[in-house]
Parts: sequence; C-alpha cells; structure tokens
Amino acid sequence: MAAVVDIDALSAQLGVNWSEVNLDSIQLPPGNNFGIESDDEAVYHDDQSEFDTGFGNIIVVDHLPVVPKEKFEKLEGVLKKIYNQLGVIKENGLWMPVDPDTKMTLGYCFIEFNTPQETELDCLTMVVYILRVCFNVWGSLQEAQNAKEKSHGYKLDKTHIFAVNMFDDFDRLMNVREEWEPPQARPYVPGENLQKWLTDEKARDQLVIRSGPDTEVYWNDARQKKPEPVHKRPYWTESYVQWSPLGTYLVTLHKQGAAVWGGADTFTRLMRYQHSMVKLVDFSPGERYLVTYHSQEPSNPRDASKVEIKVFDVRTGRMMRDFKGSADEFSIGGPGGVAGASWPVFRWAGGKDDKYFAKLSKNTISVYETETFSLIDKKSMKVDNVVDICWSPTDSILSLFVPEQGGGNQPAKVALVQIPSKVELRQKNLFSVSDCKMYWQSSGEYLAVKVDRYTKTKKSTYSGFELFRIKERDIPIEVLELDNKNDKIIAFAWEPKGHRFAVIHGDQPRPDVSFYSMKTAQNTGRVSKLATLKAKQANALFWSPTGKYIILAGLKGFNGQLEFFNVDELETMATAEHFMATDIEWDPTGRYVATAVTSVHEMENGFTIWSFNGNLVYRILKDHFFQLAWRPRPPSFLTAEKEEEIAKNLKKYSKKYEAEDQDVSLLLSEQDREKRRALKEEWEKWVMQWKSLHEEEKLERQDLRDGEVSDVEEDEYEAKEVEFEDLIDVTEEIVQESM
Amino acid sequence: MTPILMKGHERPLTFLRYNRDGDLLFSCAKDHTPTLWLAHNGERLGTYRGHNGAVSCCDVSRDSSRLITGSADQTAKLWDVKSGKQLFTFNFGSSARSVDFSVGDHLAVITTDHFMGVSSAIHVKRIAEDPQDQVGDSVLVLQSPDGKKKINRAVWGPLNQTIVSGGEDTVIRIWDTETGKLLKQSDVEVGHKEAITSLCKAADDSHFLTGSHDKTAKLWDMRSLTLIKSYTTVVPVNAVAMSPLLNHVVLGGGQDASAVTTTDHRAGKFEAKFYDTILEEEIGGVKGHFGPINALAFNPDGKSFSSGGEDGYVRLHHFDSNYFNIKI
Repeated sequence: MAAVVDIDALSAQLGVNWSEVNLDSIQLPPGNNFGIESDDEAVYHDDQSEFDTGFGNIIVVDHLPVVPKEKFEKLEGVLKKIYNQLGVIKENGLWMPVDPDTKMTLGYCFIEFNTPQETELDCLTMVVYILRVCFNVWGSLQEAQNAKEKSHGYKLDKTHIFAVNMFDDFDRLMNVREEWEPPQARPYVPGENLQKWLTDEKARDQLVIRSGPDTEVYWNDARQKKPEPVHKRPYWTESYVQWSPLGTYLVTLHKQGAAVWGGADTFTRLMRYQHSMVKLVDFSPGERYLVTYHSQEPSNPRDASKVEIKVFDVRTGRMMRDFKGSADEFSIGGPGGVAGASWPVFRWAGGKDDKYFAKLSKNTISVYETETFSLIDKKSMKVDNVVDICWSPTDSILSLFVPEQGGGNQPAKVALVQIPSKVELRQKNLFSVSDCKMYWQSSGEYLAVKVDRYTKTKKSTYSGFELFRIKERDIPIEVLELDNKNDKIIAFAWEPKGHRFAVIHGDQPRPDVSFYSMKTAQNTGRVSKLATLKAKQANALFWSPTGKYIILAGLKGFNGQLEFFNVDELETMATAEHFMATDIEWDPTGRYVATAVTSVHEMENGFTIWSFNGNLVYRILKDHFFQLAWRPRPPSFLTAEKEEEIAKNLKKYSKKYEAEDQDVSLLLSEQDREKRRALKEEWEKWVMQWKSLHEEEKLERQDLRDGEVSDVEEDEYEAKEVEFEDLIDVTEEIVQESM
Repeated sequence: MTPILMKGHERPLTFLRYNRDGDLLFSCAKDHTPTLWLAHNGERLGTYRGHNGAVSCCDVSRDSSRLITGSADQTAKLWDVKSGKQLFTFNFGSSARSVDFSVGDHLAVITTDHFMGVSSAIHVKRIAEDPQDQVGDSVLVLQSPDGKKKINRAVWGPLNQTIVSGGEDTVIRIWDTETGKLLKQSDVEVGHKEAITSLCKAADDSHFLTGSHDKTAKLWDMRSLTLIKSYTTVVPVNAVAMSPLLNHVVLGGGQDASAVTTTDHRAGKFEAKFYDTILEEEIGGVKGHFGPINALAFNPDGKSFSSGGEDGYVRLHHFDSNYFNIKI
C-alpha cells in the first residue's frame, strides 16, 4: 500500500490527474505483469501475495544427508548444482548449519534466491523503481516457489528424499493447531454440462469453420438446408482450432499458450495452458491430457531447432511434465523433419484410460505412463534402427517397424509389443523391403502392414500386405498380394469398426479400387476379395464412420470427383463433383459428409454438405476458408446388441422422424413462399415509386429532350415491311453442251 | 441458344453498348478502334479510326447520330455514327475512363484517371448541336476525395440533376450537377468491399446495378442511394447488365487473366451468370468465353444480350423461347 501512496504523491507533484488516465489502455509487456495479478489469477497466486516478511525468496531443504566436515563442501557443491538449475542462488545464499559439537551437518539447509540490488533513486524514478522492485521480488519469489515445487521429492539417493518448504511457510506450519479440525465442506457447485450439445433435440451435429479472421461454430441443420450459427468470434485463435477427441473441448492457440473452450449453451473459456508461441497441440484419446509443442528456429542454421513439449492435465490446467531438447531428440532424422519433429511426437495408447504414451527417437522407444509421468520401468526400450511405431487404437499394444540392416543381411521386422510388460507378442521378418506402412483397424482387431518390396533387379518395388488378426489366438498372419502384384498402391483404408478394407491400386489417372473382407460368410479365417471397380477417378478413400458406405474421392489432380459407394450392396449410390475440393470429412454419425475447398485455392472457397448417399444438402461459400472440423461425439453407451436391435426395428423408430421431417419441410416451403411474397411486394413497392416519380418528371424530361415527347414510344412505331429489289449485275454465259 | 461469335477486335473487349432502337451494337476494346455491328446478326458495319490507345467506354446519342468514346490516349472523341468521321476531340492530361450522354444529349460526363500528379476527376462537357460550335471546355469538374483511385464509371442521374460515380475506392457517390457538391455516399457497411468495376442503370434512371471485385453486384435506388439487392457470386465481377424485359440481372467476370493459364479451364468461371432480380437467386449461366468477361449489354428489347471477353470475342446471344418462361 505504501507504493500507492507514493504514486499519489508523485502524481500530485507531476500534475497527473488519475481520473483522466484510462488504465485499460495500458498494455503490460507480454510475460511481465509487474506483480499485478489479474482477477482470475488471484486464487492461484493467493499465498504468494504475502511477501512482507522479505523471506519469500528463501526455501528450506530438509532430509539432506548428515555429513561430517570433510564431506561438507561436496554436499554443498551438489546442492548448488541442483538449485542453480532452478534459479539463481544469491551470493552466499546457501547456508547449511553445522552442529557446533559434532561438526556434523544437521540435515537441512537454507537457500536464498537472488534479490535486487538496492540503489539510490531520485523521486522521479520512484514509480519505475517500485514497479521494478515488485517485479524483481516477484521474479525471485517465483524462482523460489519454482525451486520448491521442482525439487520437492527429489531423490538424492534411496534414503534421502528432499522435503522442500518455503521459509515463510514455517511460521504457518509451526502454528498448526494440535487438534484436528475437520475442513469445512464446500457446498457442491454443479459445473456446466459440457456435453449438452449431445442432447440437441434434433440430434444435429456441430461443426467449426475458420474463414478470414472469423471462427464460427454451427449446427448442421440438414432439415432446414442451412447451418444454424452457435457461436462466432473474430480472432478466436491465432493459428488453428481443434476439437478434443470426444468433442468436449475446442482448443484455440495463442501467443501465450493454448486455451480450451466449451460449455452448455455457448463457448466459454474453461482453462488456459501457458506455453508461449505454441505451435501444435494434441489431446490424449480420453481427452485427459493436452500436449503442446513449440519449436524455435536455431539462430545458426546448422544447429537443430529447439523443441519444448509440455503435457497438461486438461481439467486442472496443471503442467504434468515438460520435455525440452533439440529437434533431433524428438525425431528419427527422417526426410520429413524439416524444422522440427514429426507431429504428434508423443503417441497415445488407445482406449480411454490415457495410460501410456510413447515417443520414438533414434534407436529407442520411450514409453511413459501417466500416473507418474515417467518412463515405464525407468528406462526406454532399445530397438536398433526402429523407424515407425503405431499404437493399437484400443489396446496398449505397440506395433513397430525396423527396416533392413547390413545391406540385407538382417531382415526387416514388424513386431507387436505389449505394454507395459514389453513382451513381444508377435513378430515377422520380412525380406528385401524398401518401406512399410502400418494401418490399424479402428477397433484394434486387425493390423494391416503394407510392405513395399524390391523386385529382383532392385530397380523397382511392388507392394503386398501382411494382415495380423490381433484378437485371435497366436495372432495369425496372412499375406495378401493384389491380383496384379505390380500395381502401385495409392490409398488404403479400413472400414471403421468393420472387417473390410478398400485399396486404390494401379496406375494414375484411372486406378482400380478393390474391396477385401477379413471374414466372409463362407470364409471366416481368410481374407477374400469382394470386388474390384475398374478405372475410377479416385485417389483417396473416406469410409463413413459407421462403415458400409465409402466415398471414392478424386482430390487435387482430379478436381474433386466424388463417388458415393455402398459396400454392402457393392453399388454406386451417386456420383458428384465438388470442383477443386481439397478436404472431405464425415460427420461423427455418418449421416452427412462435408467437402471443402480451402484457401489453397484462390477461388471457390467454401464447403458443401452432402447426405451419406450423395445428395447435395447445401452449399456455403466463404472467402479465405481455412478449416472445417466436425465436433466429435463420444462413443455410444448402447451395447452392440441394442444397436443391432434398433437397426432391425428401424422402421418403427423412423416413423416419428419422418413425420417430423415432413412437418419441417412443409413449414419450410411455407416460409419460403412467405419470404418470396414479401420480397415481391417490397420490389413492387419500389417499382411503383419509380413509376410515379418517372411520371412526375415527364415534362421536365421533355424539356431536356427539346420537346421530344415520350419515353416509351411503342405506339409511335409502325412496323412496315418494305420489299426492296435491286438488280446488281447480269452476266450471260454460254455453256457448251458437250456431246 | 447458339451464340453469334463476332471476331473484330484483336485485344480484350472493354465495353458494349446498344443504341436505343436495339439495332446497332457498339463495341470498345483495348485495340484502338471502336466497332459497330448489326445487333441482330452480328454483321460488322464499320470501325471508328482515330484513337491511339485502348478505348475503354462509349455512348451513343438517343437518335443514334453521335457516338462518344473515351480512350487511354488521353482523349474523348465525338464521332458521326453513320460516316465514322471524327467530329471533335476532348483532350485531357490522362486516360478517359468512362463517358455518358445526358438525357437530351446536350451534356456528357467523362471520367479521367490519375496520371503524373493529375488526380482522377469527373468532367462535364457541353455537347453542341452543331459540331462546328463544339468547344472543349468543361462545364463542371468534380474531384474524388482520393485522387489516386480510378473512377471506373460515372453516369447521369434522373433529369441530369445528379451524377453517380463509382470506382476503385469502393464508394458510390452521388454529386449535384448544379453545384458540384457531393450529395450522398454509399454506406461503408453495406457497400462494396473492393473496387467497383462496372455500373449500369435502368432505362428509366430509377435504379442502377454495380459490379465489384468483391464478387458481388448490388442494386441501388438512384435517388436515395438505398441498397435494394445484393447478388453474390464466386468470382470478381467485371461487368453487369439488367434485363429490360424480365426481372433478371446478369453478372460477368472471372478469375484474373494472369491466372488463367495456370489453372483448370473450369476454374475460371468465365460464365455470364443470370440472377433473379427480386429473389437474388442464381438462375443459370451462359458459358463460352475463354477468359474473363469484361463487358455485358442487354438489347433494349430484352430478347438478346451480348458479352465481350478478355479473349477478344463478342458473343451475341438471342434467347430461346424457353428463356422467357423460366420459373424459379
């Protein structure tokens, strides 16, 4: 409070009228709040506001080893080393008391972090000084606090685990009452229902789009044939937005860090995660953790760029762990890594538990578990030359690929590893392999490995598949080769939750599309081909999330050809075109699909919504269209049997909805008619007004035209047909008859 | 609907104009010779030789006797329509961008670009009955607030009391022709967001349509400058026209000519798009040009229209009978 008085005195002296100063217009430098807390941070920093004692920058480290005089300096050195990493220790700021009798240390020490130098100041710089003092003290306080948090529980060795406390806390801790008082139970404040969007009466889905400076969330209202706005905000994010995997949160990226938004009715900010210049984010599949990524270009181009990754708890906003290092440590130096690691660096194990995440780096796979955020068994797995890892989407099984080594002496290998036991469940050696790609089926039942092999001459490659049946005993592996094994494979996709997959293979520009099944009625244990569609204009496959339907899409070079295909019936439902389409995304229910032209093209920007069978529902044009993303839905609570039952009795259920649909369409056409009528009326009014004005001005116009009478002279005209004949030339020619 | 292709220009078309009777079609292009065509079959009647620069605009008098043209050779010229003779030359310090005869044809409004320190301006000239008496002096000169932006079009308002102008600064202005004062400006909120490229007024001077690079065309009341309708398309609009017969407006344009060769031919959208005037909904399109459409004009009888493109062609379309029965 003294500071405030001084400021008042100073301002009076300088003739500053504070009532005229717009305090809101003062921008503090980023990252520097001068110790002034914004209101919503007050709770978090509550305990730090009492730095009156002046000991706020001192911590007490307990549970140190008790050492004799000879080892005193060594211990001091170790402590300095530890704490210098966490902050700047003040000169002579480490004090380890010694028992005067035994000359042994007492097993604790005091560490004081840096405080500002006192300087003589004149009155004019007082305010600046006060602010600086506030900030610097704040800085060292934070250092102390930080050091306390970071080193509390630090294990010097097995018996000495640091107990670190703030010096200021000792007063408080000493005054703890002997008797235990039950803490006051805080009344339960129900939070917002973050999943309220799922209870939409019309069972619509939401989607977010970004165009120009705006980020907008819409309901996809297919019945009304238009999107219904939910929330719109310009400059909501500084790079892109992303839904969490279960759709609860929308994450936005900012200079200072990431933020998640959600809520029952509108989008409010739920939590912020401080990570300056964050570039990429990733959620764990159960959306419990958020991983943020930042990389800094090196000043020297030969150096690797610096990478910082933080893992936050989504709900509490606490940082669980951070990883720092050069980009090399986070990538395997493949050709993909231009200026950073390939994202996501940390791959989360499948399932909703969010238990494990893995990182691939040179010759090692590091698997962490989220209970302690440390490595499983405290060490990484050594796998020489491993280049790719892939989690099963449902189980904690990791598939990994190791290419050939030693010029073919050591074969390439695909292996399945169980986590956390690190037991190899299955492995297969592969020969003369040039590359491998692993594709998990969404329920983790199958794994397809696309293997590119060299031909005998080593000049070209051909492709085949190794198919793993994960859920069967001993995990049988099957080899699948295409009918024409020289065909190039352009795309591959598993049917979600299903047993089929689709492959685009052959030569551009008209490749073939084939469908295979892992179990047909006749053949449950073997893969069999269902059909091949010849010469399709497609280069990408988009299965409906419910399976059964697939879009064969010709993006980029094919200008957005779309074929909606029913795989059950093996028939084309519709073909369409969204000219120049760059992106295709199914809604989470598989009822609608969005195709979009993003701003990679200058023109045609916008998106189109189609029904699953290829009917155009509506089309929206937006300039500078960047992104479209459907809000994911959490998995259904219904059992498979229940779902099947509903599907069987669909007729019964659909009646109600069909009636509703009809009502809506009637209403719509009624509204449409009404709207048209209103527009027509309005137009007529204008026309009437114009006519009367035109009439009023008639005489004046006549004057301007030197008396020429009317404006519309249709009566004046008389159409006359005049026949006009003119003899232009006459020539006589004698044609000799030849006999 | 089979169009008649009229190939007479060697350079991109800039402007098309029918005479009042609808039997003659005047075309201007970046080559230096405005050309006269028969409007029903596309026969070329003659050319007007004398300009030494791209011709950007023309207008023909009510009795089809006089033609006025504006050109990048820094002149506007008066011609005898029948003989093709030059009657008078107005000299300016910069390109003449647009020309328009007033009601009664005694006045003409000419806009000029900015050039070498001369800022863009709107000039009003008196047109003498007898070309012998013609003088080059301006009756009135209007300066746009931003002299560095081109005024792409200026036309007379009802009873010659006002002049309506629009150009690169995206603002539509209504000027008083008596005092030279600025009467009205289009609202920034509802107005165009990018350069206005074209402006076409209704036969009775009651409303007008503007086309802009912001991919919209807007219909305004000419007296109050109230925005009445807005038509949104996917490409920059270079040319607009209104059907005198039906409630249709036509927009022409396309992607920038410099980008044509690098993208798919369908990407350009070089179509003349028809919209329902009242419902603001697209009715259909007429394809054909290889390159953006720069000029559009409706025959005053509403039964044919012509389009001029960057490709140097004028395409003359006589509507099929089913066009007149379109229901939406």
